[in-house]
Amino acid sequence: MEAVAENKTISGKANLEVFSSTLQELAAVDRNIVVVTSDSRGSGKLVPFGQRFPKQLVEIGIAEQNLVGVAAGLASAGKKAFAVSPACFLTARALEQIKNDVAYSDNPVKLIGISAGVSYGALGSTHHSLHDFAVLRAINNITIVAPADNYETAAAIKLAAAAGKPVYLRFGKKQMPDLPQESDQSFRFGKGRIIRDGDDVAFIATGETVYPALQAARKLEAENNIHAAVISMHTIKPLDYDLLALAAKKCRTIITVEEHSVYGGLGEACASFLLQNGIMKPFKITGIPDEYTVTGSQNEIFHHYGISEKGLADTALELMRKITGEL
Amino acid sequence: MTAKELKNRSVNYRKKILQYIVGANAGHTGGSLSCIDILNVLYNHVLNVSPANFSSPDRDRYIQSKGHTVEALYVVLSDKGFFPEQDLETLCRYQSNYIGHPTKKVNGVEQNTGALGHGLPMAVGNALAAKMDDRDFRVFTLLGDGELPEGSNWEAFLTGSHYKLDNLCAILDYNKLQISGTTAEVCNTEPIDAKLESFGWSVKHVDGHDIEALISTFDALPFEAGKPSFIIAHTVKGKGVSYMEHHVKWHHGVPNEQQYQQALEELDSVTI
Repeated sequence: MEAVAENKTISGKANLEVFSSTLQELAAVDRNIVVVTSDSRGSGKLVPFGQRFPKQLVEIGIAEQNLVGVAAGLASAGKKAFAVSPACFLTARALEQIKNDVAYSDNPVKLIGISAGVSYGALGSTHHSLHDFAVLRAINNITIVAPADNYETAAAIKLAAAAGKPVYLRFGKKQMPDLPQESDQSFRFGKGRIIRDGDDVAFIATGETVYPALQAARKLEAENNIHAAVISMHTIKPLDYDLLALAAKKCRTIITVEEHSVYGGLGEACASFLLQNGIMKPFKITGIPDEYTVTGSQNEIFHHYGISEKGLADTALELMRKITGEL
Repeated sequence: MTAKELKNRSVNYRKKILQYIVGANAGHTGGSLSCIDILNVLYNHVLNVSPANFSSPDRDRYIQSKGHTVEALYVVLSDKGFFPEQDLETLCRYQSNYIGHPTKKVNGVEQNTGALGHGLPMAVGNALAAKMDDRDFRVFTLLGDGELPEGSNWEAFLTGSHYKLDNLCAILDYNKLQISGTTAEVCNTEPIDAKLESFGWSVKHVDGHDIEALISTFDALPFEAGKPSFIIAHTVKGKGVSYMEHHVKWHHGVPNEQQYQQALEELDSVTI
């Protein structure tokens, strides 16, 4: 079994930690900021929040349906309720509460799916959320966001706090570097961020997969003289169709990358738009395939399924060969 | 409003429930007739809520967890002036706002309910917000007996007592019939009072059709300081129409013209 080394060069914080510190900043000046948790204070890095703002934290215990229902009631009575629970439980166990009490009843709850995707690694599929984009995309009236780095996380939390509409934010617990960006792009829901420009390959990535996409783009540049663009498509819904069309028209191939099932997530959302708008390019959805997920750390699972510097570069080379006809 | 006036209203509400269910050729007849006296006393005696204060953060909240008996709620809300009664002629029609379960498209409705086991957790959230903000409003929710087995209710019962929500009152419309039979046959939830008491709620029984008894029960809220209150309102499915009472086929049965006329005659002959 080949060991996969963790990247030791990353100096950023986990997005979860940024979530917690940003929420404390907001709560210090707004007593309506309320965290609702399901025994998830520790895993949500919210212990300091609870210590600083005990009256702004509602502990529900391990009861996710009730967590979301109570958060909906708090939100409808004027509270800026952040319902915080592992993404796997929040978006499956409490899906009907999300659908009815939050989205359909239009209660502006901020649903925070922590340790999302395969963040829990070897703890297995009970603890993975590879379905959340798919199920939530099919529900009206909820914005779905997976921030890529610390900057996007802090900005997304602030926007969510101010939003008068339901929002789902998901992130993991891995340390994330702050990503570069091509120009001064302010963070807005529904507007993707151009991390790197290019015209051969467009990596349309989201959440914690944006960084390996950037690594792959740099490798392709250095080793193959292939110019790959990288877009952080942090908002899965509403999708930034303008940026997607721009990237798809400019680049010769398109690769979507997500820490989610290849069914129903970012990739299929992009494919649907491109096909219906007649934009035909060699296209590949990279994510977790429809199988019992391999055992391993998040990093090992990423490598196993090609969500890595090498895996994504290889996928890009394969697509480019289809165009050039080279073997 | 006097008890006599309330009783007259109950008769009138029952007639209107039947009128609009017949007009729509759809509706949850039996349950609407079992809970209407409770709604009558709530909206005309208990709740501090009106079209004038509906956007006030200090209004009382009523969430109808048993959303399927929406006809009872719509009839009472129209009587309270939340919308013109004639709007109900569009009930369940194409493009109508008056959906067959409570919807915030209708003025006066707090939450979109209909899926069971959802009202109580949201009511808990409302009551918690009141406590956090030191506001005096109270929160009421009406549960059906058939929805009592939903696990989310029991999660919320725990939270209600954990946070000592004595500004919260849940009412059980205990007509003892659900779509597949009696609640005892389908999933026996008895002893309900002992269960709720063990969950930290203060419980009272009441005849859910006795206006005076409902008034005095609601007037006694909270039953105990520091505890949420639970009212087991013993009711009759189809109450007020002889051929509907205790018959589960009227869960969502719609009377034909002859049955409708008979029901109106029976209701008109009620002596108050």
